Amino acid sequence: MKIDKQENGNELVISLAGRLDTITAPELEEQLASGLEDKEKLTFDMEKLEYISSAGLRVLLSAQKKMSKKGGMIVKNVSEEVMEIFEVTGFADILVIE
Amino acid sequence: MCGIDIDELELEAEVENLPTVQLFVDKHLNDAKCPSKIQKQINVAVEEIFVNIASYAYAPATGMVILKLEMNRELDKISLSFIDKGIPYDPLKNKEPDITLPAEEREIGGLGIFLVKQTMDEVHYEHKDGQNILTIAKAFGIK
Repeated sequence: MKIDKQENGNELVISLAGRLDTITAPELEEQLASGLEDKEKLTFDMEKLEYISSAGLRVLLSAQKKMSKKGGMIVKNVSEEVMEIFEVTGFADILVIE
Repeated sequence: MCGIDIDELELEAEVENLPTVQLFVDKHLNDAKCPSKIQKQINVAVEEIFVNIASYAYAPATGMVILKLEMNRELDKISLSFIDKGIPYDPLKNKEPDITLPAEEREIGGLGIFLVKQTMDEVHYEHKDGQNILTIAKAFGIK
Protein backbone atom coordinates (compact mmCIF):
# COMPACT_ATOMS: atom_id res chain seq x y z
CA MET A 1 0.00 0.00 0.00
CA LYS A 2 1.09 3.55 -0.65
CA ILE A 3 0.19 6.27 1.84
CA ASP A 4 0.51 9.85 0.65
CA LYS A 5 0.03 12.64 3.20
CA GLN A 6 -0.71 16.23 2.34
CA GLU A 7 -1.14 18.95 4.94
CA ASN A 8 -3.19 22.08 4.33
CA GLY A 9 -3.00 24.03 7.55
CA ASN A 10 -5.19 22.19 10.03
CA GLU A 11 -6.43 19.73 7.44
CA LEU A 12 -4.75 16.44 6.63
CA VAL A 13 -5.44 14.65 3.34
CA ILE A 14 -4.32 11.04 3.11
CA SER A 15 -4.36 9.33 -0.28
CA LEU A 16 -4.32 5.56 -0.14
CA ALA A 17 -3.28 3.33 -3.02
CA GLY A 18 -3.28 -0.46 -3.20
CA ARG A 19 -4.47 -2.76 -0.45
CA LEU A 20 -5.51 -1.85 3.09
CA ASP A 21 -5.32 -5.28 4.70
CA THR A 22 -3.98 -7.06 7.80
CA ILE A 23 -0.41 -6.59 6.60
CA THR A 24 -0.63 -2.90 5.65
CA ALA A 25 -3.20 -1.56 8.16
CA PRO A 26 -0.58 -1.16 10.94
CA GLU A 27 1.37 1.27 8.68
CA LEU A 28 -1.66 3.53 8.39
CA GLU A 29 -2.39 3.19 12.09
CA GLU A 30 1.13 4.34 12.85
CA GLN A 31 0.83 7.36 10.55
CA LEU A 32 -2.44 8.34 12.21
CA ALA A 33 -1.16 7.85 15.75
CA SER A 34 1.19 10.80 15.49
CA GLY A 35 -0.25 12.88 12.67
CA LEU A 36 -3.61 14.01 13.97
CA GLU A 37 -2.94 16.03 17.13
CA ASP A 38 -2.89 19.45 15.50
CA LYS A 39 -5.41 18.59 12.78
CA GLU A 40 -9.05 19.59 12.79
CA LYS A 41 -10.09 17.79 9.64
CA LEU A 42 -9.09 14.50 8.04
CA THR A 43 -9.82 13.48 4.46
CA PHE A 44 -9.11 10.08 2.95
CA ASP A 45 -8.80 9.98 -0.82
CA MET A 46 -9.48 6.35 -1.79
CA GLU A 47 -9.40 6.70 -5.56
CA LYS A 48 -6.54 4.21 -5.86
CA LEU A 49 -7.52 1.94 -2.99
CA GLU A 50 -8.40 -1.42 -4.54
CA TYR A 51 -9.04 -3.53 -1.49
CA ILE A 52 -10.06 -3.25 2.15
CA SER A 53 -10.59 -5.90 4.82
CA SER A 54 -11.76 -5.70 8.43
CA ALA A 55 -8.24 -4.75 9.53
CA GLY A 56 -8.55 -1.60 7.39
CA LEU A 57 -12.07 -0.91 8.64
CA ARG A 58 -10.76 -0.99 12.21
CA VAL A 59 -8.23 1.76 11.46
CA LEU A 60 -10.87 3.88 9.72
CA LEU A 61 -13.28 3.49 12.63
CA SER A 62 -10.65 4.46 15.13
CA ALA A 63 -9.76 7.56 13.04
CA GLN A 64 -13.45 8.41 12.73
CA LYS A 65 -13.85 8.25 16.51
CA LYS A 66 -10.86 10.56 17.04
CA MET A 67 -11.97 13.08 14.41
CA SER A 68 -15.67 13.17 15.35
CA LYS A 69 -14.67 15.14 18.44
CA LYS A 70 -13.02 17.70 16.16
CA GLY A 71 -13.78 18.93 12.65
CA GLY A 72 -14.69 15.54 11.26
CA MET A 73 -13.49 12.99 8.75
CA ILE A 74 -14.38 12.66 5.08
CA VAL A 75 -13.85 9.72 2.76
CA LYS A 76 -13.89 10.42 -0.97
CA ASN A 77 -13.49 8.72 -4.36
CA VAL A 78 -14.43 5.28 -3.04
CA SER A 79 -14.24 2.46 -5.60
CA GLU A 80 -17.12 0.08 -6.17
CA GLU A 81 -15.36 -2.82 -4.43
CA VAL A 82 -14.48 -0.83 -1.33
CA MET A 83 -17.96 0.72 -1.24
CA GLU A 84 -19.48 -2.73 -1.17
CA ILE A 85 -17.50 -3.56 1.97
CA PHE A 86 -18.64 -0.25 3.53
CA GLU A 87 -22.24 -1.12 2.73
CA VAL A 88 -22.19 -4.70 3.99
CA THR A 89 -20.64 -3.64 7.30
CA GLY A 90 -22.78 -0.54 7.88
CA PHE A 91 -19.73 1.72 7.46
CA ALA A 92 -21.58 3.48 4.63
CA ASP A 93 -23.83 4.93 7.36
CA ILE A 94 -21.18 5.97 9.86
CA LEU A 95 -18.62 7.47 7.48
CA VAL A 96 -19.08 10.73 5.62
CA ILE A 97 -18.59 9.59 2.03
CA GLU A 98 -18.32 12.13 -0.78
CA MET B 1 -15.02 -35.87 -12.21
CA CYS B 2 -14.59 -33.83 -15.37
CA GLY B 3 -14.33 -30.10 -14.79
CA ILE B 4 -13.27 -30.13 -11.15
CA ASP B 5 -9.81 -28.91 -10.20
CA ILE B 6 -8.43 -29.79 -6.81
CA ASP B 7 -5.43 -28.16 -5.19
CA GLU B 8 -3.91 -28.00 -1.75
CA LEU B 9 -1.57 -25.69 0.11
CA GLU B 10 0.00 -26.39 3.48
CA LEU B 11 1.86 -23.67 5.31
CA GLU B 12 2.54 -22.19 8.70
CA ALA B 13 -0.38 -20.24 10.16
CA GLU B 14 1.46 -16.91 10.27
CA VAL B 15 0.04 -13.56 9.19
CA GLU B 16 3.12 -12.92 7.05
CA ASN B 17 2.07 -15.90 4.87
CA LEU B 18 -1.14 -14.16 3.84
CA PRO B 19 0.24 -13.04 0.44
CA THR B 20 1.19 -16.67 -0.36
CA VAL B 21 -2.34 -17.78 0.46
CA GLN B 22 -3.87 -15.03 -1.70
CA LEU B 23 -1.58 -15.90 -4.63
CA PHE B 24 -2.63 -19.54 -4.39
CA VAL B 25 -6.33 -18.64 -4.46
CA ASP B 26 -5.93 -15.89 -7.09
CA LYS B 27 -4.15 -18.24 -9.47
CA HIS B 28 -7.20 -20.51 -9.58
CA LEU B 29 -9.68 -17.63 -9.74
CA ASN B 30 -7.76 -16.03 -12.61
CA ASP B 31 -7.62 -19.35 -14.49
CA ALA B 32 -11.38 -19.70 -14.04
CA LYS B 33 -11.94 -16.09 -15.18
CA CYS B 34 -13.70 -15.12 -11.97
CA PRO B 35 -15.11 -11.56 -12.22
CA SER B 36 -12.91 -9.09 -10.36
CA LYS B 37 -15.66 -7.97 -7.97
CA ILE B 38 -16.31 -11.50 -6.72
CA GLN B 39 -12.59 -12.22 -6.66
CA LYS B 40 -12.14 -9.32 -4.19
CA GLN B 41 -14.96 -10.70 -2.01
CA ILE B 42 -13.25 -14.08 -1.95
CA ASN B 43 -9.89 -12.41 -1.19
CA VAL B 44 -11.44 -10.62 1.78
CA ALA B 45 -13.06 -13.84 3.08
CA VAL B 46 -9.76 -15.72 2.71
CA GLU B 47 -7.89 -12.98 4.57
CA GLU B 48 -10.37 -12.84 7.44
CA ILE B 49 -10.33 -16.61 7.97
CA PHE B 50 -6.58 -17.09 7.52
CA VAL B 51 -5.72 -14.19 9.83
CA ASN B 52 -8.13 -15.55 12.47
CA ILE B 53 -6.38 -18.91 12.37
CA ALA B 54 -2.93 -17.29 12.39
CA SER B 55 -3.88 -15.12 15.37
CA TYR B 56 -5.76 -17.56 17.57
CA ALA B 57 -5.64 -21.24 16.58
CA TYR B 58 -2.28 -22.08 18.11
CA ALA B 59 -1.63 -18.98 20.23
CA PRO B 60 0.83 -18.37 21.74
CA ALA B 61 2.59 -21.12 19.75
CA THR B 62 2.28 -21.68 16.02
CA GLY B 63 1.20 -24.53 13.79
CA MET B 64 0.23 -25.55 10.31
CA VAL B 65 -2.85 -24.80 8.27
CA ILE B 66 -4.00 -26.66 5.19
CA LEU B 67 -6.06 -25.04 2.44
CA LYS B 68 -8.06 -27.39 0.27
CA LEU B 69 -9.36 -25.80 -2.87
CA GLU B 70 -11.96 -27.22 -5.19
CA MET B 71 -12.82 -25.37 -8.38
CA ASN B 72 -15.90 -26.61 -10.17
CA ARG B 73 -15.40 -25.46 -13.74
CA GLU B 74 -18.86 -26.61 -14.79
CA LEU B 75 -20.67 -24.54 -12.16
CA ASP B 76 -18.05 -21.78 -11.86
CA LYS B 77 -17.94 -22.36 -8.15
CA ILE B 78 -15.02 -22.34 -5.73
CA SER B 79 -14.93 -24.16 -2.39
CA LEU B 80 -12.15 -23.57 0.10
CA SER B 81 -11.54 -25.46 3.32
CA PHE B 82 -9.21 -24.15 6.01
CA ILE B 83 -7.99 -26.95 8.23
CA ASP B 84 -6.00 -26.51 11.44
CA LYS B 85 -5.25 -28.62 14.48
CA GLY B 86 -5.44 -25.78 16.95
CA ILE B 87 -7.83 -25.05 19.80
CA PRO B 88 -11.36 -26.19 18.84
CA TYR B 89 -13.11 -22.99 17.82
CA ASP B 90 -16.23 -22.26 15.81
CA PRO B 91 -15.99 -18.64 14.64
CA LEU B 92 -19.53 -18.80 13.26
CA LYS B 93 -20.87 -18.88 16.81
CA ASN B 94 -19.50 -15.43 17.58
CA LYS B 95 -21.99 -12.77 18.43
CA GLU B 96 -22.62 -10.68 15.34
CA PRO B 97 -21.66 -7.02 15.49
CA ASP B 98 -24.49 -4.50 15.55
CA ILE B 99 -23.90 -2.69 12.28
CA THR B 100 -26.60 -0.13 12.95
CA LEU B 101 -24.80 1.55 15.86
CA PRO B 102 -23.29 5.01 15.39
CA ALA B 103 -19.49 5.26 15.13
CA GLU B 104 -18.96 6.25 18.77
CA GLU B 105 -20.68 3.09 19.98
CA ARG B 106 -19.21 0.74 17.42
CA GLU B 107 -16.76 -1.78 18.74
CA ILE B 108 -13.52 -2.25 16.94
CA GLY B 109 -13.47 -5.85 15.81
CA GLY B 110 -15.85 -8.71 15.15
CA LEU B 111 -16.38 -7.59 11.58
CA GLY B 112 -14.16 -10.15 9.85
CA ILE B 113 -16.29 -13.27 10.13
CA PHE B 114 -19.40 -11.15 9.69
CA LEU B 115 -18.05 -10.03 6.30
CA VAL B 116 -17.37 -13.66 5.34
CA LYS B 117 -20.95 -14.65 6.18
CA GLN B 118 -22.39 -11.73 4.24
CA THR B 119 -20.41 -12.22 1.04
CA MET B 120 -20.01 -15.98 0.66
CA ASP B 121 -22.78 -18.34 -0.53
CA GLU B 122 -21.90 -21.04 2.00
CA VAL B 123 -19.95 -20.97 5.26
CA HIS B 124 -19.67 -24.14 7.25
CA TYR B 125 -17.70 -25.25 10.33
CA GLU B 126 -17.00 -28.68 11.69
CA HIS B 127 -14.64 -30.13 14.26
CA LYS B 128 -13.46 -33.53 13.13
CA ASP B 129 -10.56 -35.78 14.11
CA GLY B 130 -9.05 -33.01 16.24
CA GLN B 131 -9.22 -30.53 13.39
CA ASN B 132 -11.06 -27.27 12.87
CA ILE B 133 -12.48 -27.31 9.35
CA LEU B 134 -13.99 -24.08 8.06
CA THR B 135 -15.33 -24.25 4.53
CA ILE B 136 -16.54 -21.42 2.34
CA ALA B 137 -18.04 -21.62 -1.13
CA LYS B 138 -18.92 -19.03 -3.73
CA ALA B 139 -20.37 -19.33 -7.20
CA PHE B 140 -19.22 -16.65 -9.62
CA GLY B 141 -20.59 -17.68 -12.98
CA ILE B 142 -23.37 -16.22 -15.03
CA LYS B 143 -24.27 -19.66 -16.32
